Amino acid sequence: MAQLDFIAPVSPEQAAAALLAGGAGARPLSGGTDLLVQLRSGRLPPGLIVDLKRIPEAIGIRQEAGGFVIGAATPGIALGEHAALTAAWPGVIEAANLIGSTQVQGRATMAGNLCNASPAADSVPALVAARATCLIVGPAGRRTAPVESIAVAPGRTSLAPGEFVLEIHLPARSARSADAYLRSIPRTEMDIAVVGVGVNLTLDADGVITDARVALGAVGPTVIVADAAAEALIGSKLDDAALARLDTAARAAATPISDKRGTADYRTKIAGVLARRAATIAYARAEKTA
Amino acid sequence: MSKRTQVSAVVNGDPVDFLTDPGATLLDALRDELGLTGSKEGCGSGDCGACSVILDGRLVCSCLVLAVEAEGRRVETIEGMAEGGRLHILQQKFLEHAALQCGFCTPGILVAAKALLEVNPDPTESETRYWLAGNLCRCTGYDKIIRAVMDAAAELRQVRV
Repeated sequence: MAQLDFIAPVSPEQAAAALLAGGAGARPLSGGTDLLVQLRSGRLPPGLIVDLKRIPEAIGIRQEAGGFVIGAATPGIALGEHAALTAAWPGVIEAANLIGSTQVQGRATMAGNLCNASPAADSVPALVAARATCLIVGPAGRRTAPVESIAVAPGRTSLAPGEFVLEIHLPARSARSADAYLRSIPRTEMDIAVVGVGVNLTLDADGVITDARVALGAVGPTVIVADAAAEALIGSKLDDAALARLDTAARAAATPISDKRGTADYRTKIAGVLARRAATIAYARAEKTA
Repeated sequence: MSKRTQVSAVVNGDPVDFLTDPGATLLDALRDELGLTGSKEGCGSGDCGACSVILDGRLVCSCLVLAVEAEGRRVETIEGMAEGGRLHILQQKFLEHAALQCGFCTPGILVAAKALLEVNPDPTESETRYWLAGNLCRCTGYDKIIRAVMDAAAELRQVRV
């Protein structure tokens, strides 16, 4: 590989200062499953690599204020091993664990998936549906931003020079809530989403949906928050009429392109199908929670 | 131009020190600096699993790890699998089941299978196939590999009883 510089700071502030000083060629490294491929292929010119894995806050899963804080460099396999996290956010975890092979899961992170800004990132629709937020560290200090504000275009983020995501925060779970993520790929494993849909629901004691959030992946340049699709569910018990409204609203929200993985027509139709199926799974999960 | 960095790590239980370029991968360092050529470069992009090693207990593709990241870490490679002259049960079962032909993917598959049996001593065939989905083999058609891993798992469970 081409020449590059590498540092592994132990504090977030050191990392932000290094990223700022490194200029446009500086990149934070967590799992590296996208970054090293891009460097090795020559798609990304060599610069300064700032490894986040020696920063204590960037590693591991912590329960805070009823929710979860996930360090940016925590690999996917560690998410699936965390019983409480998986019970609270099954959709987020199934989305993160769909990415790549066992080897990739040993390294790949949700923060990396988010900041790589691929329209087809599997964990991002699930995080958006979950109303996850990011703790961003930069030269000007720390700020919190919703996950959906990070990617602004394929491969481009809203992060300012020197800024990086240190933690992903999942909010506290209310009772009778659950999420689900489904994606469509032409094979059973290890492929890039043609369409991905995350659905997050809260029910009341009678099974009526009181809160919903639907996020669509790979059908637009960034993840789409389908507000009309969520509104189509609220007040219903996910009957056939509500599912039909969800399907229509999800299709209306999708703005896909045609490419080698699927045509725009196909992606639009599948967005509706997966929205219905993911909502059905999330609803069943929510009913089972206390 | 070249800023060689010293890295100290533990490879197959032995402390090692080596010099590496910051852009070199762990796979490059294992093969070129430490002479451990069992780990192979198939794709160089994390798709084929021929470079699989265990890094601090996690199965990873060593082509997607920078050598400098290994500072202070534990690395297990195919070279650490046999104990002295005695093959690991997985290696023995791969021979018995003829679970290899050209052999290029075999070290990575053995390391990945060992990692599987450490977390799941009694995997189903389906679990085994999913776990090994990141290890590509263009010769065997996988069936013999899966049979060898299942047989080794069964034998290891007996050994543990």
